Amino acid sequence: MKLCTVLGSTVSTIKHPCYGGRKLLVVQPLSLAMEPEGPSFLATDAVGAGAGETVLVCEEGRSAMLVFERPDRTPLRSAVVAIVDHVDLDTGRGPVRHAFSGAPARPKPGRRGG
Amino acid sequence: MFFAKVMGKVVSTIKDEGAHGKKLLVIQPTDHRLKPVGGPLVAFDAVGVGVDEVVFVESGREAGVAWDGPEIAADATIVGLVDRIDT
Repeated sequence: MKLCTVLGSTVSTIKHPCYGGRKLLVVQPLSLAMEPEGPSFLATDAVGAGAGETVLVCEEGRSAMLVFERPDRTPLRSAVVAIVDHVDLDTGRGPVRHAFSGAPARPKPGRRGG
Repeated sequence: MFFAKVMGKVVSTIKDEGAHGKKLLVIQPTDHRLKPVGGPLVAFDAVGVGVDEVVFVESGREAGVAWDGPEIAADATIVGLVDRIDT
């Protein structure tokens, strides 16, 4: 998975039926320094993430079909599968914790886990 | 399958149900000389490794079938700890 920050969402009226009412998020991959790195891309939302949150994006077609409970033939590859609370890193200069406050509190329609 | 160095761990409360109870680690993919290749990734841990260790990682659909039980949504899973690379 890629560690990404959610930049925003995309509005599209005409789209493939497999996308249903799912949110299409614009995500930006992060480096180990938690800085933007590489080009942004689109991912469908499986957990109720919003702008400003740090998420994990899974880029594997079969996985996207599993989280969205879609049949085998679905043109969908990238899915936001987790909202990150914090990341503990040790890049050689001692342990560093990056905690993410994320977006303002609001109801999350996605699946919850522990 | 590729080499990677484990850089840290990820904690997430809200996640896909298949990810419950599974360790998520930040990894830096490397070549066989342990030179970083590309940006960091987050992978599931199927073998029990720790920070600073050199591992090998399987990507793609097969990453989701490393455990007993139903296939999970994963695109990278640590499937081995590297003792030594002879080249």
